[in-house]
Amino acid sequence: MQHSVQSRCKIMVRYFTRLRVRRVYKWDGTPSSFDRKLKTYFFDSLNISVEGQPGMTTVTPGQYVLIEGDNEDNPFVAKLLKFFGDESNQQKKALVQWFVRVCEVPHNKKKLLGRSPHPQEVFYYLGHTCDNEIDAESILNTVQVQYVPVDAPFPEPGIKDTLYVKLSWDTKTFKDLDPALMQDTPVPASTPPRLKPASPCSPPAAALVSLGSVGRKMPTPDPMVMRRAGSVSRTRGPVSASKAGNNEAESVHSAAKLSASKTLSTKRRGSSGVTPGVRKKLQLSIGDSPEKIMSRKDGLCELLDEEVDSEKALVTKLNSSPRSLHHGYSLSPVRSDHRPPNSLGGYPLKPTSIMLDRLSPTALGEQDFSRDMLLGMAPLILEDEVFEAGLPTGTAKTPKKRQATPRRKYFHEKATTPSRRKDSAMTAREPSLGVLAEEDSESSPMQLVVTSSRSKRKSAQLVASRIRKQLNLMGDAQELHSDDGDDDCFTPSKKDLHHSSEEDLEDEEVSKSEETAGKTTRGRLRRASTTPARTPRKPPSKKATPSTPRTPRTPRHATPSIPSRTLPARKPGNVLEEARARLHVSSVPESLPCREQEFQDIYNFVESKVMDGTGGCMYISGVPGTGKTATVHEVIRCLQHASDMDEIPTFRFVEINGMKMTDPHQAYVQILQKLTDQKATADHAAALLEKMFSNPAPKKETTVLLVDELDLLWTRKQNVMYNLFDWPTRRHARLVVLTIANTMDLPERIMINRVASRLGLTRMSFQPYSFKQLQQIITSRLNKVKAFEEDALQLVSRKVAALSGDARRCLDICRRATEICEHSAPQPSSTGLVGMSHVMEALDEMFSSSYITAIRCASVQEQLFLRAVLAEFRRLGLEEATFQQVFVQHRALCRVEGLQPLSVSEGLAVCQRLGACRLLLLEASRLDVLQRVRLNVSQDDVLYALKADRA
Amino acid sequence: MSKRKVKETHMTVGECISQVQTILRQRFCHQRLPEKPMGIESQHKHLLELLRRTAVHGESNSVLIVGPRGSGKTMLLKCVLRDLLEVKDVNKNVLQVHLNGLLQTDDRIALKEITRQLNLENVVGDKVFGSFAENLAFLLEALKKGDRSSSRPVLFILDEFDLFAHHKNQTLLYNLLDVSQSAQAPVAVIGLTCRLDVLELLEKRVKSRFSHRQIHLLSSLSFRQYLDNVILQLSLPPDFADAKFFEEWNDSIKRLCKDKSVVDVLEKHYNSSKDFRSLHLLLMLVLSQVSVCKPSIKPTDLLEASRVCVADSKANILHGLSVLELCLIIAMKHLSDIYEGEPFNFQMVHNEFKKFLQRKSQSIYNFDKPVVMKAFEHLQQLELIKSVDGSTGKIHKEYQLMKLMLDHNQIMEALQKYPQCPTDVKQWALSAFG
Repeated sequence: MQHSVQSRCKIMVRYFTRLRVRRVYKWDGTPSSFDRKLKTYFFDSLNISVEGQPGMTTVTPGQYVLIEGDNEDNPFVAKLLKFFGDESNQQKKALVQWFVRVCEVPHNKKKLLGRSPHPQEVFYYLGHTCDNEIDAESILNTVQVQYVPVDAPFPEPGIKDTLYVKLSWDTKTFKDLDPALMQDTPVPASTPPRLKPASPCSPPAAALVSLGSVGRKMPTPDPMVMRRAGSVSRTRGPVSASKAGNNEAESVHSAAKLSASKTLSTKRRGSSGVTPGVRKKLQLSIGDSPEKIMSRKDGLCELLDEEVDSEKALVTKLNSSPRSLHHGYSLSPVRSDHRPPNSLGGYPLKPTSIMLDRLSPTALGEQDFSRDMLLGMAPLILEDEVFEAGLPTGTAKTPKKRQATPRRKYFHEKATTPSRRKDSAMTAREPSLGVLAEEDSESSPMQLVVTSSRSKRKSAQLVASRIRKQLNLMGDAQELHSDDGDDDCFTPSKKDLHHSSEEDLEDEEVSKSEETAGKTTRGRLRRASTTPARTPRKPPSKKATPSTPRTPRTPRHATPSIPSRTLPARKPGNVLEEARARLHVSSVPESLPCREQEFQDIYNFVESKVMDGTGGCMYISGVPGTGKTATVHEVIRCLQHASDMDEIPTFRFVEINGMKMTDPHQAYVQILQKLTDQKATADHAAALLEKMFSNPAPKKETTVLLVDELDLLWTRKQNVMYNLFDWPTRRHARLVVLTIANTMDLPERIMINRVASRLGLTRMSFQPYSFKQLQQIITSRLNKVKAFEEDALQLVSRKVAALSGDARRCLDICRRATEICEHSAPQPSSTGLVGMSHVMEALDEMFSSSYITAIRCASVQEQLFLRAVLAEFRRLGLEEATFQQVFVQHRALCRVEGLQPLSVSEGLAVCQRLGACRLLLLEASRLDVLQRVRLNVSQDDVLYALKADRA
Repeated sequence: MSKRKVKETHMTVGECISQVQTILRQRFCHQRLPEKPMGIESQHKHLLELLRRTAVHGESNSVLIVGPRGSGKTMLLKCVLRDLLEVKDVNKNVLQVHLNGLLQTDDRIALKEITRQLNLENVVGDKVFGSFAENLAFLLEALKKGDRSSSRPVLFILDEFDLFAHHKNQTLLYNLLDVSQSAQAPVAVIGLTCRLDVLELLEKRVKSRFSHRQIHLLSSLSFRQYLDNVILQLSLPPDFADAKFFEEWNDSIKRLCKDKSVVDVLEKHYNSSKDFRSLHLLLMLVLSQVSVCKPSIKPTDLLEASRVCVADSKANILHGLSVLELCLIIAMKHLSDIYEGEPFNFQMVHNEFKKFLQRKSQSIYNFDKPVVMKAFEHLQQLELIKSVDGSTGKIHKEYQLMKLMLDHNQIMEALQKYPQCPTDVKQWALSAFG
């Protein structure tokens, strides 16, 4: 019911409903087994009911579930492997195999994919940084995950609520996913007893053991076991790694290696030909080979008439085939009735019948339904039966998929029939279906939509199409476990459905725009396009298909960009230009000389926090231009490299700058946006972040947050700073905060005690560069480009070191010196290098005060006025006088100089001009003659300038 | 034949004069750019080279052009931009954003203006441009996207740069200068200001990001050059339609500038200020005297124009006052003499005035107190007197403390020029004590 509610008011309400609903989690039934050593009980299924709504969802291992994460719209996806709880039954835990959404893949890695991702694509997660033991109560709902072979296209009308998996992601590369991984999982999960004898130290057990103490000293199971319990053995890597993350005693590196080797073996296994599951299935299908082959071929052809023909043929063959049609005869009529005329969905039928052939006896034996119902039901039951029987995984999965069509049929007609034996996904959907189906109980939804000749009420059609969508969904979910051939023949069938046509179009658009988006992100601005590139960063599918599980937000506006230039930028031509390019502050140096110690300290700090999975704060201070931000960026770059190399766990890096926001509270908004791509108001963002950092969320990576220009985040209550420093102290936060500001005593000066205390005492101060360091910086930047004389360099560095120690200044002066050198007339004596004279000139330009020159260049009356000011100051003995007083002096001086005295208006104009240059400081000009005048330069300077002028 | 020719030239005089008016007015009022900026060649070269590197090499830069008002900062920049756009590589390659501290009085407005001038708002489409914060993030992202080699260089021209430094936190300056110092879209930040201490206004982290390039425009023009410039400004261009008139005009200008009185007037102006803007003002007044019947500039025109220019505005106001008001002003003058510039109130002024009247028993200025009060209020409206402590309504009008906004010389001068000033009033003004 909850689902139907969600799907009905799918979009806006979604977020709120999720906030509002309270889920109640209950084990279904009694523990299936008990591990005495660990005192854990294992369970077969979990019931999730939503408060205030009837009905409940049952989740069993092997299903795909959505798990609450930090992104409300994109919950985590995982496959359930196992349920267990402790003795007291207080905690409900689950073991999962993670899937990674596109949005969870780091931005810089997305391009490794080499194509634009499908909006509903997920990746099988082979990384080892995530804890794959989760709190079962964080499970939100079930979801359908479908395997798409690597070379096959994604099903075009992406069915909503279904995710597609094609590749695996091990935090570094995308790899083709072995279909076996997707198929063989549920066996160990659902039949632990069977597995146990096979491997004495069975993977699931081992995985659990890792919670306790033994962890990583697991014997490698023999390949056979591995193969059969592939997924479980795979989880061991992650488990041990995450364990390493939690347990500080254990070296991360060893864990990483271990898990890496595990991953490797998994891969090898995957690539080493046919897995048993596949083989089994092949054998099965060979049993009635001609049809099978034909169906595949047809599926690929996608030609309508042929399809229909062959299908007919197929049906008859099915009917006539004694082996396959143990029960199949009953299937075919129904299908031919309700199948859309050109539906390819019919092809999978045959394998279904095979499955019926093999498995139905039990199922049928237990069921007492009408014939139609039986037909529909049988496969459903089969599924459960298969699970319970613990058949080899490959086969177990195949039927599931095949049943797609019949089940639809069944559902439609018998939607109201309660069936406890259906798998949980159905239970979840059933009530809603029941309600919906009532309106339109006699006609198949597919027929209804496809054959539009039937007159139906609009609402009914609507409802029907909705049902159909959901049915499709389920069908597709099953499809996951199919192999290539089936997929090919199944996919097009969806194309024929009307409902998808809309989405189809949209999807095409989407894929197109995604293509362009991909292109633009790759080669943005390189193209000489005159129009500003419209590059939606978010796949537009979100607004195109509102039925996707994500809440459509206000469409994020296209990323703006400065138009690209029509002509390429010219490369530096000569040595001086080259030197100038290298000396520009923006050019990224190969290394950061002279900050080795600081680099190491920050590196160690962050690395240890990332490795331990803990949090902490660090305060970095230093005057501007001492390389604070550059050093931190370098540290992050190195750490990211290390995490790429698998030396440390992956982490996320978020940077905010107090100067780059309009209001301190915008910090929340920016952090949230950079972490989850969500947009929210400041208050809401604060709440979300608070939740994110205080709740134990699974699959959490360490976040490294760089807060630049911290002093600007000051507010009267200091809430922002308080939160920023408080989050790292939370147990589950895994947040490392690096803060940068200019003043060393900022914590003491502006922070109230509770904030300063949380910031802690991990501080570092960047000293201004000494002249030697500055010299080294320039030399390393120039990197053997010989453009400066040694003495010249030394002069610059000494001068800057004496003044500020600001590396930016130093580089700017050098740059200016190269310009002066370039434009100065080439003297015969000069070597073409930047010499002392050029540097002196540049220094003069930048450091010399212009006041004296300005006074010398002032007009006669202006100079006279300055002298009058001095005279009046001397007379008054004060450093301040009114204009009226000064003007009296001015008149007298004019007479002395033999100039015609100025009128008051002119005198005021002179005074204002001097004021505009800030040689004088004036009061507001409306005070007219009463405004007070002060000097902005020292009296000595004025005298000096005027005297020199006289001479 | 000759008659006809004479007639023809006469015909063209009218046309020529209107031509002259057009050409010179364009020079004086429309700030027509000179072909080559005079006296600032090195600065021109420096700036042009700098901007060219931004445009061609994608090198980010920041520079301040500092100089007193009227020293040609904007002219320099416009010349440079004109010359820059003539370079072929640059022509379509740069974007310009012009901001003025007097128009963009805060960062919010400035950001909107930048977005508009960069034509970025069409990217946003119909989206109503969001909050200030969004706007900033939007722009920064746009700039961050670019890189040195591929995106189009943006020239940010910040007129009245010093006013941007008063914006909250100097967010805009920080971000612009930060972009110019990091590997983002190439930008050149050009600030124009008349404040010599502009760098002291910048916060230290903003200052650190500024490249400290300053181009000073301090004219060290000698009077000789000033005079030459006046001739240049008034001369007609050689491509003038009528050659004869052209020669006549230019000769007359040369003669004019040799005239002693003219040179004196110009020197006075030169001594007062060297900037061209005030010179243009003067010459404009002169030019407006030129007409068909008076087709050349006479020295008297210049003298008259100069008189208008330097005339004291307050003294002019005094000429329009009534005798009663003038008497009040004189009374005030005496009061401020007696009390050494201490403020006075109406009652004191009235008493002083009455003392004057008593001495001259048969006075015609025997006004009632309310009439005198009215005159006093009128003076206050003219802002010749000003209340000392703001306008506190609590104090009775008669006792509000006032200050005289006039200099003694101004009063005396005005009295000299006042039409039909009664002699007793004049005498009263000249007497040392009331």
